[in-house]
Amino acid sequence: MIDPVAIAKGVVKRFASQTALDGVDITITPGKITGLVGPDAAGKTTLIRILAGLMAANDGEIAVLGGAPGTNLEQLGYMPQRFGLYEDLSVIQNLDLYAELRGLSKEEKPATYGRLLDFTDLARFQDRQAGKLSGGMKQKLGLACALVKTPRLLLLDEPGVGVDPISRRELWAMVKELTAEGIGVLWSTAYLDEAAKCDSVTMLNDGKLIYSGDPSGLTDRMKGRVFNASSDTLDRRHLLTQLLGDNEVLDGTIQGSSIRLLTRSEHPSLPGIRLDPLPPRLEDGFIEVLGGGPGGTSALADAYSRFDHNDVPAIEAHALTKKYGDFTAANQVSFTARPGQIFGLLGPNGAGKSTTFKMLCGLATPTSGTCSVAGHSLKHAGPAARQSLGYMAQKFSLYGDLSVEQNLNFFAGAYGLKKAAARDAIDKVVDIFELSSRLRTNAGVLPLGYKQRLALACAVMHEPPVLFLDEPTSGVDPVMRREFWVHINGLVSRGVCVLVTTHFMEEAEYCDDILLIYRSEQIATGSPDDLKAQASRIAGLSDPTMEDAFIALIEASNVDTKNPRKAA
Amino acid sequence: MSGNLARLDRRRLAALIRKETVQIVRDPSTLLIAFVLPILLLFIFGFGVSLDANSIRVGMVVQDSSPQANSLAQALRASPYLEIEESPTVQPLRDRMVANRIRAMIVIPQDFGASIDRRAPLPIQVATDGSQPNTANFAAAYVQGIYGTWVEQQGMAPGVPTVTVNTRYWWNPELKSRFFLIPGSITIVMTMIGTLLTALVVAREWERGTLEAMMATPISMTEFIASKLIPYFVLGMGSMALCTVLGIVVFGVPLRGSVFALFLLASAFLVPALGLGLFISAATKNQFVASQAALFSGFLPSFLLSGFIFEISSMPRMIQAVTYLVPARYFIPPLQTVFIAGDAWGMFARNIAAMLTFGALFFLLAYRTTRRSLD
Repeated sequence: MIDPVAIAKGVVKRFASQTALDGVDITITPGKITGLVGPDAAGKTTLIRILAGLMAANDGEIAVLGGAPGTNLEQLGYMPQRFGLYEDLSVIQNLDLYAELRGLSKEEKPATYGRLLDFTDLARFQDRQAGKLSGGMKQKLGLACALVKTPRLLLLDEPGVGVDPISRRELWAMVKELTAEGIGVLWSTAYLDEAAKCDSVTMLNDGKLIYSGDPSGLTDRMKGRVFNASSDTLDRRHLLTQLLGDNEVLDGTIQGSSIRLLTRSEHPSLPGIRLDPLPPRLEDGFIEVLGGGPGGTSALADAYSRFDHNDVPAIEAHALTKKYGDFTAANQVSFTARPGQIFGLLGPNGAGKSTTFKMLCGLATPTSGTCSVAGHSLKHAGPAARQSLGYMAQKFSLYGDLSVEQNLNFFAGAYGLKKAAARDAIDKVVDIFELSSRLRTNAGVLPLGYKQRLALACAVMHEPPVLFLDEPTSGVDPVMRREFWVHINGLVSRGVCVLVTTHFMEEAEYCDDILLIYRSEQIATGSPDDLKAQASRIAGLSDPTMEDAFIALIEASNVDTKNPRKAA
Repeated sequence: MSGNLARLDRRRLAALIRKETVQIVRDPSTLLIAFVLPILLLFIFGFGVSLDANSIRVGMVVQDSSPQANSLAQALRASPYLEIEESPTVQPLRDRMVANRIRAMIVIPQDFGASIDRRAPLPIQVATDGSQPNTANFAAAYVQGIYGTWVEQQGMAPGVPTVTVNTRYWWNPELKSRFFLIPGSITIVMTMIGTLLTALVVAREWERGTLEAMMATPISMTEFIASKLIPYFVLGMGSMALCTVLGIVVFGVPLRGSVFALFLLASAFLVPALGLGLFISAATKNQFVASQAALFSGFLPSFLLSGFIFEISSMPRMIQAVTYLVPARYFIPPLQTVFIAGDAWGMFARNIAAMLTFGALFFLLAYRTTRRSLD
């Protein structure tokens, strides 16, 4: 066996209030990609920082590149979560800086730069300031900086976070190529589909090692327990609710018009339901290790007002256009979302999703076009329209210095709830989201899952008929994510309309209708199954996943565009 | 890793300094502080704020009609420093003083002329507005000076003190306060650059996560710190040069000492200023807190406790003791000397030693708080 480039045993790291790592082992082998997998706050970043010599472990044996961490930094490439780029320096100035710091010789420079710029496709943007690059390009530049002097060990801290599936695939291909040169790579991720492609995975949850080894080892355990479930009598949402309530079922997610089911045994007794076996995925194994998904009913939905399915569209956008100077951020976006529907807004980073989103909730004024929420025009009846919607921002946007209770009080007041009504609404969400033990905790220091719950709680207290959720589950562990979707599904069955953006393609499956935005244009609309069908027609794919469809449609649009603008 | 900490590689250092320079040039706020703020400060202190007390409004009551009384009144009226407002009685002037219209009043008493003839002159009365102590002192001193001169001119003999005080204001004969204010402005600007900017730029690297990436490269902390010090030292000196040239050309402040002494003093002052900035940034790692800390520990003391605005010798004892902890206090007096008087090496050496001591202390603190670690 080849000597590992990094090996750690029994790593313990304690911070003032909690134990971040509790006896974790990891081995990174040259020429292989080792996946470091786990939900947010599992301890991934702490472990990477210890390996990079940026933090000292409290206990454990660690050898990196044959020495103590931090001793052989010439042979280490490290890309922190925020890429470590100087935003006011140009692409080439960033590269120059790292080349000098890592001691790249003058002779090697032209060849290395040529290779890296070609590899990352950044040659055209050499003189652009790093801060003005898109998320995907920043990530590639970050990688180029980490690689400027070929390292023996490459540590990547969540390179895929907040990046669209296309950039993520490109990055993966780049890193895969590196392993052929014998570099040992540690790739940390919260995406289990990425982890499944690694040569081996180390799985963490809450600072503890829960699995280590070949990803297929975990997947194989689930063999025979994963099914495609469908029913002639129930629609997919009701079917999911019913199945998640069943004792036989460990986990279920919507996929197209049916349900993807993980059961406790290989022969579940689920009368009246058609079950077709499916190949298991890594996520199934992960969910089992974490103890299964949540139940099927949402207490939030049960306590929510019911909205009638009338003819008034919940959200209506007509030819929405937003221009910033000569740059068109969104061009002629039109769609209609009905009450009781989940509407998904998808697209790569910088495509115009957020701009569209902001126009719809009244945070940006359209240059032309109109939009209305629950029949109220945002232009003519802005306050009424805003009162009918609940908004959960992409980044945690509650007051971090206020306690959970103070945040709830504030938002109840901001949405105009009167004293008694506010009291009732707060009691209700505190109960539903199990916030009672944390009422006096400052929102800023809550674990991510609780922050997310609190943000949703604040958005729904006034029981709006329309909910806007901007990447509501990014960084949240799979179990929390499922819990979140149980609430969304429940709310939708009460007639609420939910507009959502996400980078998780499996979440896109929950949508009734999807609008795909790319380069400020609306390039495809339809149900998940429609989009998959379109994609398979265009690209000749058989049974594509949502991610395959996403990529195929965007690539097709690249070919179609006669005057391709620079992707920025 | 302690071995790492002391390493200084010229190539890496050069790359880091290049990076820092590009950032300074690209960041308008840095250039604003280094080059626009000094101009602004100089103009405010040079033209706007003046601590000079020329032409103070003073009330006067002449209760005697003798030629002597008239002659003294005439001498007072002729002074360029006083603007006399006369009244037959005291009461209206008292009201004018309460209303802040006049700063002092002079009463030439009845029988004043006769008392002079008797060679036993009655005192004249001067009442000043104590709510404005500075001006009050000026007013009293001016009246006293004019009275003294007048008495002398009268050819006073026995009964009158024969020794008269002859005041001469050396170096700044016209007592222009902007001669004092411009060295003070230089101090403020250099404090801003040395402490505030340095604290901000290092805290920014912590905040944006760039320092994390830096620490995973082979750079040593010494290289990193040097890469911050050198550009901001140069920037501070550049700004000081700008202030000096403006002071000389626009405001006519003389530079009687040598440029070398000025350079030496300014360099010595930048050592504690930069050291404090580094210490603040390492201790806070947050731009907002760093800017607050820099204002309270650097800017305000330099402004209030350095002798720039308020004379140290007229502060309460306790506060006077505190001023010994303000590095700017050791910079302003020698700076005033080098501009207005000339080189006084004994005094410079003492003050430079004091500034370097503070500098060493701050650097030691910064060195102990800056860790190559995210713990």
